[in-house]
Amino acid sequence: MTDPSIFRKLQQQLVPAAGAAQQVHGVLAFVLTPAELLPAARRLREQFGFDIFLDVTAVDWIGQQPRFEVVHHFYSTVHRLRVRLKTRVTEADPSVDSLVSLYGSAAFMERECHDMYGICFRGNDDLRPILLYEGFVGHPLRKDYPKQQEQPLVPYRS
Amino acid sequence: MGRTMDAPTRPYPNPVRSIFEQTLRDDSVIVNIGPSHPATHGTVQIIAELDGERVLRTDIHCGYLHRGFEKECEDHTWHNLIPYVDRLNYVSALINDFAYCDGVEQLMGLQITPRCRFLRTLLSEYSRLMDHLTCLAAGLMELGAMTAFLYLVMVRDYMYEHLAALTGARLTYTYGRIGGLARDLPEGWLVRLEEILVKYEDFVARVHALVDRNRIFIDRMRNVGVISTADALSYGYTGPILRSTGVPRDLRKDTPYLAYAELDFEVPVGIKGDNYDRYYVRMREMDESVHMMRQLMEMLPEGPINVDDRRCTFPDKELVYSEIESLINHFKLVMDGPLVPPGEAYSAHESPNGELGFYLVSTGGGTPYKVHCRAPSFVHMGGVHLMLNGGQLADIVPTFGSINMIGGECDR
Repeated sequence: MTDPSIFRKLQQQLVPAAGAAQQVHGVLAFVLTPAELLPAARRLREQFGFDIFLDVTAVDWIGQQPRFEVVHHFYSTVHRLRVRLKTRVTEADPSVDSLVSLYGSAAFMERECHDMYGICFRGNDDLRPILLYEGFVGHPLRKDYPKQQEQPLVPYRS
Repeated sequence: MGRTMDAPTRPYPNPVRSIFEQTLRDDSVIVNIGPSHPATHGTVQIIAELDGERVLRTDIHCGYLHRGFEKECEDHTWHNLIPYVDRLNYVSALINDFAYCDGVEQLMGLQITPRCRFLRTLLSEYSRLMDHLTCLAAGLMELGAMTAFLYLVMVRDYMYEHLAALTGARLTYTYGRIGGLARDLPEGWLVRLEEILVKYEDFVARVHALVDRNRIFIDRMRNVGVISTADALSYGYTGPILRSTGVPRDLRKDTPYLAYAELDFEVPVGIKGDNYDRYYVRMREMDESVHMMRQLMEMLPEGPINVDDRRCTFPDKELVYSEIESLINHFKLVMDGPLVPPGEAYSAHESPNGELGFYLVSTGGGTPYKVHCRAPSFVHMGGVHLMLNGGQLADIVPTFGSINMIGGECDR
């Protein structure tokens, strides 16, 4: 089914500068710098046939430097294979390039990631709140956002 | 030149900000559809600019059902999340259970028992059947086909009652367990299953006869809400919507998990990705599910349903009360949770709406560091404007119904 040579090709050619990719639980994972993300995504789409941009989210490694890890998942309907790209960004400048120029699905998913972690996606000009509401302060999935904090739009009746 | 919309005076701030500050033309109007319109299946808001009854452009807002699922997950043990994942796609809760448990099992390096593997496959297909029945019934009812709605929902209700006999609940089952299942099948369950499948076949044949070649139905569905294959792929569409555009992509075939590699089934596809194709793909998929379930009933092996692993499986109650090791084991599993080694996993199952993914990050210990759900409904909302723009206002309802947006999963 899956062509085993595609693994080798991806490892050698996707991000030549990056270290060896690891296959973790069936997903080929690459660790990238923010500058490498957009070129790598473009190569995934144009050279390797990764036609579905599945998902973007982030992990907040609070206390570590750089603090955030932006995680992209891609799927190829040709090779039936998943690839994960992991990009570390700092708390001072939590921004990566947007993939809206490559995939239509990026627009909505990046809005959610911006909502939840405050990651800025350069090039996505519509980062309005999507799951949260206009005027919400902070980013709830960051580890330093208290779980019990409340921001009601309408004051509670007493 | 467009007009600026007059902002009505509100006692509270508006939770959404539309991108349409101005109308495109002088004679068009902007209307709000939702967030609580009875015809939107979930709680979703569509801000549409209309030229008469023609939709010029739309801006979709979801999030009205957001309840902090992912934040809550970081505060509970791996076991305690199972009731929460049930409430993502509550129409096919079992598939959510199994996809989540699969992710945790990957992290722990567990191999589920053969009986559990076949039972999970059987129940996944049962869930798909119920999900499609719900979606089709609601979609048909919105077009006025009340009889078809009652036929399909009646069959679905037999299934709900039947699953209640197995799991104790009609909708949110909490039946999956890390490394297994909550309990084995009760006596006579499979016999009743076959009775229900026969009923299903009877009533679905009636629905086929009522609507498939019905002029009114075809006029409302054919060439309405069309999406091309290229757009569907670019916007991350998976599941029946992608297949309705003619692409036979199905995770059950492409990257087989559970017992799907051992089953004989087809992947139905549509012709051009319109509402009619989405209706027909779902109808055909239900037949394939029934075909698979009949095979699984034959193949179901005997044996235990839970793996014998003290890291995740609870000891027998009898032993908990009679020996100290089992008591401690039980206590640690409840208080600390199952010990999941550090790592990350992405488990993807073919849910009735498309690829349902769980991205799990563990730093070791009984509580997840991060749980992220790749919800097909949410991703699909990003491309709905492609199907609505240029259509009629009245077509928003059947088109939205055929996308089968589930609020619990979309907004998490």
